[in-house]
Order: sequence, then C-alpha cells, then structure tokens
Amino acid sequence: MGSRAAEALRRLAAELAGAAAERLAADTGARAAGGLTFMEVCGTHTMAVSRYGLRDLLPAGVRLVSGPGCPVCVTAMRDLDLVVALARVPEVTVVTFGDLVRVPSSRTSLVEERAAGADVRVVYSPADAVAMAAAEPARQVVFVGIGFETTAPTVAAAVLEAQARAAGNFSVLCLHKTMPAPLRALLQLGETRLTGFILPGHVSVITGTGCYEFVAAEFGAGGVVSGFEAPDVLESLLMLARQREPAIEIQYRRAVHPEGNPVAREFMARVFEPSDADWRGLGVIPGSGLAFREAFAGFDARRRFSVEPGEPLEPKGCRCGDVLRGALDPSGCRLFGLRCTPETPVGACMVSSEGSCAAHYRYRALDDDGRGLA
Amino acid sequence: MTGGGRILLGHGSGGKLYRDLVRDVFLAEFSNPVLERLEDAASLATSGRVAFTTDAHVVQPLRFPGGDIGRLAVAGTVNDLATAAARPLALAAAFIIEEGFALAELVEICRSMKRTADEAGVAIVTGDTKVVQRDAADGLFITTTGVGEIVVGHELGAETVREGDAVILSGTIGDHALAVLAARGDFHFATVLVSDCAPLWDLVEAAVVAAGEALRFLRDPTRGGLTMVLNELAESSGLGVEIEDEAVPVSPAVRSACDLLGYEPFSLANEGKMVFVVAAQKAEELLGALRGRPLGARAARIGHVTAAHPGRVALRTAFGTRRVLDMPVGELLPRIC
Repeated sequence: MGSRAAEALRRLAAELAGAAAERLAADTGARAAGGLTFMEVCGTHTMAVSRYGLRDLLPAGVRLVSGPGCPVCVTAMRDLDLVVALARVPEVTVVTFGDLVRVPSSRTSLVEERAAGADVRVVYSPADAVAMAAAEPARQVVFVGIGFETTAPTVAAAVLEAQARAAGNFSVLCLHKTMPAPLRALLQLGETRLTGFILPGHVSVITGTGCYEFVAAEFGAGGVVSGFEAPDVLESLLMLARQREPAIEIQYRRAVHPEGNPVAREFMARVFEPSDADWRGLGVIPGSGLAFREAFAGFDARRRFSVEPGEPLEPKGCRCGDVLRGALDPSGCRLFGLRCTPETPVGACMVSSEGSCAAHYRYRALDDDGRGLA
Repeated sequence: MTGGGRILLGHGSGGKLYRDLVRDVFLAEFSNPVLERLEDAASLATSGRVAFTTDAHVVQPLRFPGGDIGRLAVAGTVNDLATAAARPLALAAAFIIEEGFALAELVEICRSMKRTADEAGVAIVTGDTKVVQRDAADGLFITTTGVGEIVVGHELGAETVREGDAVILSGTIGDHALAVLAARGDFHFATVLVSDCAPLWDLVEAAVVAAGEALRFLRDPTRGGLTMVLNELAESSGLGVEIEDEAVPVSPAVRSACDLLGYEPFSLANEGKMVFVVAAQKAEELLGALRGRPLGARAARIGHVTAAHPGRVALRTAFGTRRVLDMPVGELLPRIC
C-alpha cells in the first residue's frame, strides 16, 4: 500500500495546490494576508499532522496552525495547582487520565508529588476510579475530569454510577471544557486571519455540527470536521480551500453525524451545566466549561475539600498561551527544543502527546545537514 | 514441604525450611548436575572469549498471555548474551520473594524458567533466594545472570557500523508491552495481544552463520523499544539511521490498540525481537536465515545507515515525508481523547 498511499496523498496535495491557487486568485483578502491560514483545533489532529509530516506536503500559500484543542495544554495553571494541592491531602487519591501527571504546575508536577508520597494513579476510564473508591472506602478518591465533549459524558456516567453505588468517598474535580466557545474567542480576538478550521472529529461525534454554524455565519470562516488519517486531513483542507462561501461541512462522515450523539449529551446535561472556564492562553471564556449541577454538588471535589493552592506562577519565557491561540509557531518560542523539551518540559504544550510543541518536537522534519534540529 | 503452601519468612533464613525450598522447588524443577552439587559457586569450562550479563526482572502481572516472569527472566538474559553473539553457557537466578507468595505459583514459574532455558539450550546452575516481609516486594522479583561463549572472531558494535549497512528487524514490534498492559486489566476491551517473550539464541546463531563477518551490530529492543535501540546506534556510531515506516512489521492488534490509546509501536518494549545491522551485500542472506525460522518468519529489512543527519534517526513515512524518530520519554501514558 506504500506507494499507492503516497501517490493518493500526492494527488490530494496537487489538487489542494490547484484549489488554493484559484482561491487566492479570487480572494483579495486572503491574498493580502499572505495566503490561506487554516487551524486544526484538535490535539489529535495536531499529532496526526506532525506524525505524517503533512506540513511538508502543503502547497505555497497554505498554512496550517494549531489551536486550543489539547485538553491538558489549555488547563489553566491555577487549576493544575489545585490538582497538586488535592494530591497533598493525606487521605486523597488523585486519579486521572494520561499525561496530566507530567504537566508542570506552578511549583511541581503530579509525577514529582507521587515520588514524594502522594497517591496519584492513572486510569483509562473514569469508571475505574469509581471501582477504586468502592474497593478502598478509607480513601477519598478524586477523579480529575479533564477534556472536552469526548471525555465529559464518560465522567458524567461515572458520577451517576457513583451515585447509584452510594460511593460517598468518590468526587470529581471538574475541569472539563466545551468546544465551540474558544473558536468564538479566537475569532473575536482576530490575531490571525483564519480562512477556516479543521474541526475536531471526536468532539463532533458528540456535539454534531450545528454548534459551529456561527463560525461561517458570523465570522465568515469555513469549517470541516475531519478524520485523523493523513488523507482525511488533506481532503479536509481541500474541501476548505474549495469553499466559495464559508460553510460547515463534514469530511469524517464515517463517524460524525450532523446531529451528534444526543444520548451522550443527555448524560452530560444531567450531571453538569455550562460554566465559565479559564483557558491557558485565552483567559476566562463565559460558558466554555462544565460545572456540577446543584443536585450533584456532593460529588464536587471543589466543595468537598477546602484547599488553597496559592498564586499561580507562569514559567518564565514560556509562550504556550500564544501557541495555543495559533499566534506563534512552537519553533518561534525561544525555549523550544533548548530549555523546553519532552524530557524537561517548561510548558504543558511540550508534555501532552497532543500538545503542539511536543508534536512539533517529536516529529520535527529532518534535514540532511541537521538544520532545525535541537 | 512445610508452610501451608505459602512462602514464609523462614524459607529465606538458611535453616531447614530453606533447604526444603531449594530441594523441593529449585533442584526439582531446574534439575541439572551442576546445580545438584549445591556448591556456593558453579564451575564452568570455557574456551575463548566470554560474554557476561545480568538483568533484574519485575513485571505485573507475573503471568501474561505469551509468558510469565520466569520465561522473561531466562529469555532476557539469553537475549542479552545473544547481542554479543554469545551462545549461552550457564545461568544464575536470584529470587526475592514476598512472604505469603503461593508455593504452587513459584513452582509454575520455575517450570517455565526450565522450559525456556531448555529452548535456549542452557541450564540454571546456581542461584540464591531471599524472602522479604509482606509488602516489601511485589510478589516476586527474579534476577538472572548469564555467561556465554562468543562465537564470532570479529568485533561487533555500533562503532563498526558503516554507511550503507542494512538494518534488519526479526519480527513485529510492540506485542510484549501491550500484552502486559492488557493483562493488567486496564484496557476494558478484549484483546488478542500475546507477548513475544522468547529466547533468541537459535535465531541469532542462524543470523551469525549467514552473515559471518558482515554482521556488525545486534541489539534486542526491550524497554524503550525500537526507537531506543536505533537512537543509541546512531549516537554511538556517529552516523544517521533511516527507517521506512511501512517496512516495520506491526501486528493489526498492536496497531489498533496503539491507535486507541495514543501509543507509538516504535517505543514499546519487546522481549523476543532482535535488531541486526549488516553490510548491505549480506542483508538478503541474513534475512533469509531469519525467515527460515519460526521466530524470524516476519523478519524485515527496515532501513539503512546513512552519513546524513549524524546521531539522528529518521522515519520515512508511507507518504514520502520524513521526520525524526526520537527516544521515548518517561513512563507510557495513554492520551486523553
């Protein structure tokens, strides 16, 4: 399949070059801005783009920047500090997904806290945390709920299960964020003239596409919900370049339905309600997060534990915030690849496997003379 | 044997219980004339150059599809010897056992060690046992040490590698790491993952015979996976390594588990694979020798050594693009969404 896949991809790239040239010829605004700039919102897309080296294949005049779609990366420092403060409570077991444990907070990380004696565990599913609470009634099991609409329904389901099992020692620190709101914030900010978005695939499985319509209607930008394979991403870029009128389309038809998944949304809505959320790089965005509904307040770790993490300290020189807004390419940060590497990360974007900086670093293109290498 | 079917602290104290344990478990299972002498040190007859290695083994769960800690402990040391082109001559095994460990399980694990050692044509000729109190160890730790006889006359190693040499991998990657993770019950989905854990001396011997002096370097991609071995090769040789993404064999089960969990097969541990670097003109012969054996049936030429990008490993994707293949960092962590 090797050469056939490569050939198919090259054909897509050539079509994209043609479509981009036509678009640029017709679109004076884009020409004035120096070309077409698309943003991939989701961290898994960031990863795929870097992993397959897709930037190598982009024609002149087409730029792809990464957006605020890595759940760990957009978590505010204050919230990370809160997680660490909870981990320091002697009776608390902090349970979380994946790479959150390595993210530096103001003063330390969960990995370091664990080495110093804190009880920090990684699970694949929030249901595991409920089972843990049931098995260890003497511990206070706090699940760190992080992620977008992809993970929030499973956390809601875990809360409902904990309620059914009367697991009084289970709670959730809800740091969930929801998707379309940061796109509005980015477009309002207008730092970068965005022609369109590669919209998140997994999130859209849940949300459907109606929530993105404002992108086209109010801001004149396009959007295509994309799959995660290399040809998916190129085809989505091609669809975006070919849009004569801004519109929201679906390339990832094998998984995404315009209506989304109402059952999953219903789970979320039973347990959580919209709230303001603090985004690294974007600040507080109204209605962009999730908080417990009053009926489930008993499961809210914020209410159960009174911990005060202290003033957050942003690492000096770290430009994660600019990277998350697509305003800076990771390599434009002075720490990138020098003081900040996956082994010694300064900012969250270098830690998470879906972070822009980590993806750019891990999958950086390789010149024969070693240019661009740290 | 006394103890109600469990290991007691007394089994490690050198008295009668200890003697029973040695006789009824280790001597019975490992049975061989050198061990039966029960001397503090075994005598070995060797000629020529000798390779010497040791490896500590900790794994949870102790048994997983495709193997157990005993098989792992024997295969690990046999394979480390094999990387020096050394035929295993003798193994030593040291056991650290947690108080309360089930005797029947210890017997099973020793049986598995014996079976694996037989596959590799080697005997466990000496050993030691300590028992620690409950919670001071995670069930059972096994350290194995091995001595082997080097069967080649020429020097092997990264510094002997030359531009243009072929890089050959003996089979699929990632099977062991994911089989163990799945056996921990963390995944919540059924898998058909089986560890590749196996002693590789037979396979390596075939490769050594086929390639002769053209063989330059061999290494087993255990912790840190293929990326670790290739990066160390690039660093130590001062040359670059270029790998063809699609040439690297990955089983469909590993591929889909990696897609789901956000892991890279390249960074996952293997316990029954070998990476060979061989002069290009002997590459096909070496490949043929590997493919002629069950453990090498899926062997593949995955790349070559290049003078470009010294010290770095490049991965050429199916799409013709190229990127760095870096060393893995820290623990394996699944992605969030």
